[in-house]
Amino acid sequence: MTIAIRRLLELEEPDDAAVDEFLAGREVPIVEGRNVTFVYRGEADAVYLQHWIFGLPSAQPFLRVEGTDLWYLIQDIPLRSRVEYKLEVQRGDTNRLIRDPLNPSLAHDPFGANSVCHGAEYRAPEWAERDPQARQGKVESIRVPSAALGRDEEVLVYLPARFRTRRRYPLLIVHDGRDYLRFSSLQTVLDNLIFRDEVAPLVVALTQSRDRLREYATDPRHSQFVGEELPAVLEARYPLGRGPENRALAGASFGAVASFAAALRYPERFGRLLLQSGSFAFTDIGPSRRGPLFEPIVEMVNDYRESPVRVAERVFVSCGVYESLIYENRSLVPLLQKTGMDVRYVEAHDGHNWENWRDRLREGLSFLFPGPLWMIYE
Amino acid sequence: MPRVVLLGPQRFTPTLGEVVDRLGVGGKLASVTAGWQERETEDLDLHEHLGERTVNLRLYARGEELFERDAELASGYRERQELLRALQETYRVRLAHAQAALRELAQRTGNLEALDAARDSALAAIRALDREHLERVASVHAEFERRWRPGERPALARSRRQVAQVLDGVEAIAIAGGHVAVLLNRLRLFGLDRALAGRTVFAWSAGAMAIAERVVLFHHSPPQGYGNTEVLENGLGLAPGIVPFPHAERRLDLGDRRRIGLLARRFAPATCVAMTDGAWLVRDGERWVGGPGMRRLLPDGGLTPMELA
Repeated sequence: MTIAIRRLLELEEPDDAAVDEFLAGREVPIVEGRNVTFVYRGEADAVYLQHWIFGLPSAQPFLRVEGTDLWYLIQDIPLRSRVEYKLEVQRGDTNRLIRDPLNPSLAHDPFGANSVCHGAEYRAPEWAERDPQARQGKVESIRVPSAALGRDEEVLVYLPARFRTRRRYPLLIVHDGRDYLRFSSLQTVLDNLIFRDEVAPLVVALTQSRDRLREYATDPRHSQFVGEELPAVLEARYPLGRGPENRALAGASFGAVASFAAALRYPERFGRLLLQSGSFAFTDIGPSRRGPLFEPIVEMVNDYRESPVRVAERVFVSCGVYESLIYENRSLVPLLQKTGMDVRYVEAHDGHNWENWRDRLREGLSFLFPGPLWMIYE
Repeated sequence: MPRVVLLGPQRFTPTLGEVVDRLGVGGKLASVTAGWQERETEDLDLHEHLGERTVNLRLYARGEELFERDAELASGYRERQELLRALQETYRVRLAHAQAALRELAQRTGNLEALDAARDSALAAIRALDREHLERVASVHAEFERRWRPGERPALARSRRQVAQVLDGVEAIAIAGGHVAVLLNRLRLFGLDRALAGRTVFAWSAGAMAIAERVVLFHHSPPQGYGNTEVLENGLGLAPGIVPFPHAERRLDLGDRRRIGLLARRFAPATCVAMTDGAWLVRDGERWVGGPGMRRLLPDGGLTPMELA
């Protein structure tokens, strides 16, 4: 395949006008099959692509088009990839990490936003966009006293459209629930998938820890909160179905660890688990290099690797292949399967980010709580 | 046989009123919204759309009341439904393999004569599987009738009489969509298959499926799996020769000629009809004529408009 920028490079003396012409009407980065050309225009001494693709050097240097202020980098990006990135622009003593000024596509997260490169054949899921036909659920806030945590927790609760007190609903508890709402469009996703009958109507409790890196890292107080205290309050307040098949825990990264830790402490209480890009660090020998926050996680996962037990009936595990955690997640799956749990494992050409987790929700939620799609024709 | 009108989905493009007027139905209509289950009585939109001349037969609620009054029948009914679910599961397992074989053969290249013969056989195997499943399900229903004689049980006989009384002053019946199995079960339970004779029946979405000869469940892009189209059971048989595919634009990949052609051939000689918003189809004597929007699935994977009225 011809790479568009080569034509510019072949010019004997490319100038600003040639660069203007080259960029006119182009979407940036320029995606040509697996060849993706990142460009930056502006005065600089050096430009780097800062990305979060595990396996590639994190700062990829751009080249300058001689005689112009255009910088470029041609990168091999597999089909259907989503890559979040920033540009590092060095000039004199200053070193700026910026979003790509030529690319309007952004992904937000609790730390701000990144530019996004959509590889060839990647399609953002239409079920994550608001569907005007879909009836909307509502989100309300409740306070949940927790003796284990020693404080009251504010928990958001999603109630599906057409919520009725006479019905019985499954309960899904989502760690980092507010982040899932903000950055993974969780409410829209739930509205759409429930409207389409792909997912059963659910009550969803959205928790948000104030100290997630400690509490989610297998802290027994947190497990007690999501395993006992929160379900008890919700059962008293909402019409929830009984039994493990009506209980699920979900989370991403440390939130997946918190879900798994609670499920381990309360085996068979939660029949469904949704574990996205779980930080399931372990060691085969020696200490972990991931730092002290991971120590309790390593201990839990090492123990589990030693003696895997069945904790739920169905488990959905997903991870991006560009994450450093891909090895840990791939290693976890056969252990889970060995215990007889029904495990669905999905990989994506994506990184450790909220839109990766959003893009997997349809497959995950419909696996855990399939809706009456085959029977309903309204 | 009643006069039957099949319509496209009504929620966003309600055309029922217009078709009712066009066919000169000026009297009272009974509505069946049992497919909406506990939302059955939330039918104000439908009632207003039809000029406030509908009376809801409340078949879902009547069913719930009946099962409360006749616990023995309720238990037998539950047992039957469990068996039907199990049969559907085992049929699904066999169907998945039969469909996978056909898909693989469709993708193969090589000796055309051999491949064509194998593909024909693979399709015949799927048709045989469908037939066998329909027969099994029918025998479960027959056994239920034989064992429980529901029509002779006082509680149900009383309910059926009440439904018949409501139907007495009614010129036509409008059967809405929803949960197709629940709807079909309620229609059968209250003897609507027999009570509809001599009236005009308007049906859409799951309603259209339930009154067809066979109930075909379908979705070309479900979130899990390939989306193998399956038969559920025989319907009421009021729409002979038609297999309705409501919400076709959303649930079928109409651009996939292989899958569309396969549907047409699998259910032949019946006509598979893609029913989209605003579309309608009426059985006029021995033939079906359609309004705009009704399209027939062709064996070559194409689509063609039904004959216009």
